[in-house]
Amino acid sequence: MTDPVLSIRNLTVEIPTRRGLFRPVENVSYDIKPGEIRGVVGESGAGKSMTGNAVIGLLDPPAHIAEGEIWLKGRRIDHLGTEEKRAIRGKEIGMIFQDPLTSLNPLFTVGEQLVETIQLHLKVSSDEARERAIALLDRVSIPNPAERFDQYPHQFSGGMRQRVVIALALCSDPSVIVADEPTTALDVSIQAQVLDLIKELAAERQVGVILVTHDMGVIADTTEEVTVMYAGKVVESGKTDQILGAPEHEYTRSLISAVPRPHVKLKRFPQVSYGGRETEFKIEDLARNWPKPEASGSGKLLEVKEITKQFVVKSSIIPSWNSYLTAVDQVSFDIRDGEVFGLVGESGSGKSTVARMIATLYEVNGGRILFDGEDMTAMDAAGIARYRRQIQMIFQDPFSSLNPRMTVADIVAEPLLHLGILPKQEAKLRVRELLDRVGLAKDAWRKYPHEFSGGQRQRISIARALATQPRFLICDEPTSALDVSIQAQILNILKDLQEHLGLTMLFISHDLPVVRQMCDRVGVMKQGQLVEQQETEALFDAPQHPYTRELLSLMPRLEQLSG
Amino acid sequence: MTDLNPTDQSSAEETAPALSRLQRALDSDLAYSFRHSPVAMISAAVSLTLILAAVFAPLFATTNPFDPSSLNLMNGFTPPLQPNAFTGESFAMGTDDQGRDVYSTILYGMRVSLFVGAAAVLFAMVLGIVLGLLAGYLGGWIETLIMRVADIQLTFPSILVAMLIFGIAKGVTPVEYRDQMAIWVLILAIGLSDWVQFARVVRGATLVEKSKDYVDAARLIGRRAFPIMLRHILPNVLSPVLVIATISLALAIIAEATLSFLGVGAPPTQPSLGTLIRIGQGFLFSGEWWILFFPACTLLALALSVNLLGDWLRDALNPRLR
Repeated sequence: MTDPVLSIRNLTVEIPTRRGLFRPVENVSYDIKPGEIRGVVGESGAGKSMTGNAVIGLLDPPAHIAEGEIWLKGRRIDHLGTEEKRAIRGKEIGMIFQDPLTSLNPLFTVGEQLVETIQLHLKVSSDEARERAIALLDRVSIPNPAERFDQYPHQFSGGMRQRVVIALALCSDPSVIVADEPTTALDVSIQAQVLDLIKELAAERQVGVILVTHDMGVIADTTEEVTVMYAGKVVESGKTDQILGAPEHEYTRSLISAVPRPHVKLKRFPQVSYGGRETEFKIEDLARNWPKPEASGSGKLLEVKEITKQFVVKSSIIPSWNSYLTAVDQVSFDIRDGEVFGLVGESGSGKSTVARMIATLYEVNGGRILFDGEDMTAMDAAGIARYRRQIQMIFQDPFSSLNPRMTVADIVAEPLLHLGILPKQEAKLRVRELLDRVGLAKDAWRKYPHEFSGGQRQRISIARALATQPRFLICDEPTSALDVSIQAQILNILKDLQEHLGLTMLFISHDLPVVRQMCDRVGVMKQGQLVEQQETEALFDAPQHPYTRELLSLMPRLEQLSG
Repeated sequence: MTDLNPTDQSSAEETAPALSRLQRALDSDLAYSFRHSPVAMISAAVSLTLILAAVFAPLFATTNPFDPSSLNLMNGFTPPLQPNAFTGESFAMGTDDQGRDVYSTILYGMRVSLFVGAAAVLFAMVLGIVLGLLAGYLGGWIETLIMRVADIQLTFPSILVAMLIFGIAKGVTPVEYRDQMAIWVLILAIGLSDWVQFARVVRGATLVEKSKDYVDAARLIGRRAFPIMLRHILPNVLSPVLVIATISLALAIIAEATLSFLGVGAPPTQPSLGTLIRIGQGFLFSGEWWILFFPACTLLALALSVNLLGDWLRDALNPRLR
């Protein structure tokens, strides 16, 4: 048994607020041995990042360590002064943050930042520091490190930048690295590379890594030990295989069961029942008053024919001097009545742009969109107005999709009143019914959005989309801003909408397991082009296009997961 | 939806009574921060006292300084708290050359100062919000035009702009209306020199809000640009505007005083604090210090307390500084 390089003992963090003492971290203990990667997993607000911040001494006042001890290589560090903590931070404990865009200073070259950090912690000459920095860049697999040494962060891609951040964290040969959601901002293909790099380096340099994440896939693929946190407390801790395979605590069990499985199609998502989070929603009851889904003439509700979208990157007075970025390039697909069509792809592949064109939020630069056989791109404003109530959208970020200055009742009623579908009094009743059916409390209508959690807000968003009784629903990454446990609820509601109300949907996601569970057919987008479209099962079982195969191979295996 | 049965409805009404608007306001973070900031409370008390004293000046003033019949030239140059050598009357803050009670002229002068300041800020705010919203939301050449004009105006000192506008306006108004118009011209001049700040802040905030999904949700149901700006974006950009408005009020009061001091502001028939200071400084070197001192102190107290209140508001509304 090697001695742990870092141990956290009964750590409690307190934040005094006007509503009393708040404990985001309570009685947390874990150890990290050299070369070991410990995953810390939990939902947002579980206190996992706060623990990491406490370790590196970066708690924002008034948060402070109230109890417990942190030992680094046999030295107690939790009660040190600001200066001493600063000396340890960066030298003994490295940090990797979530967003590589903001963790590098855009005004200095990558080399300057590395050299500065190296010289700050190690007594070496500039030349030596430079050599060391180049060696580090080489080690984190940056091609042509000597050349890239003098480049600025904006000349690096997201994944490359995160590699540079890793190099920065390694500068002074730290014994521990705290990595806080290091791959959450990255695409799957890059995520896998970055995680592999962290794994390799941990083993090679005998660095202990605390890997804070919400992603069970990352935990399963990368870590040896895992600590599961819930509401500031550790609920379970142990070997990753054991925790994932045979979880003992009820919370861990329900959390794991909520992770969408990549390889089996289930009828419904298992919901997290721990902590009284189960919500009753009654979409079936909506069906009573829902108009029977009309069949479109051709059986295809939406036909997208070779649509193209170009954004002006650099505008000029002379139109022909403008330079353009083609975000969507001649994309065609059909969505049949009552079908859920999935669009997958990495960020920047143009999937959201397609959604926005269909929703008439963007103008189409070429091609046609037929809704129920009629060409929407050729319609004038009055023509489009007739389709407004039939097409609705659910947005990705539930924190920005609801106007914070309007009550929930006003938000949900707005489409009804604006489109003149119902008079005020009846609109009020419909709003309350809708809110009830998506499982919100009776008095939810009179509250403001900030009084609700992310999942609840997303349900308000769904209620708004349903208010006009649309035939077609566009879901743009509806769950990617939510915790796994809440994701299941939202996806189940969407499934019910298809099943009970016969809604046709366009479902956009970068999360392949979710797409497999949700969609009847799937289209794969890459750099603005639709490279493949298939029935879901066919696509997952026998992908045709090499890009699809690559995406599927990067999907977390999650083989250790129980159930 | 119409089949929502009556029991459902009544149970909806039976849920715990929501907090009333007043309770909500008292419980808000803003009110909490106010209760825990001595500076904010003191400056609020000072500005409220001064504002109330100005608004209800006739109740607090001992004489009406603009009523010639109440003046007694014999009372001229009475020092504070000393009985006049001829009439034996005593004045808390003394009298000026005409025998007017300085205390009363300050109350009436503050009225003019506050009215001009508040009206100018209101004017600047409305103009700035409208132009800022248009620039931020519509973009394109409208934005370029508005923001370039703003940039150009910023290169001139605002007092110079105000004097220029004041001069032009004075030139075009007939002589007999000049005194009546002076106050309104002053408001226009200060307001026009101050809109840029509002427009810039509102434009910035509008750009942020515009990219949020709730604006897209409104566009999706076919709402047009103007309703979106008014109903959705405006309420969300108001908190920074509130901060600037408060700080601008202090600046506008000072700007008005400066203009009046320079003799291009409020006419002597309707003296503002600035006019009083201008009159008072003529007597400073002959020993009648109180004619200048008290109006100047009042101006200082008013501007400082409003400014500190604005500073506190900015900190309280900015979550990053908390």
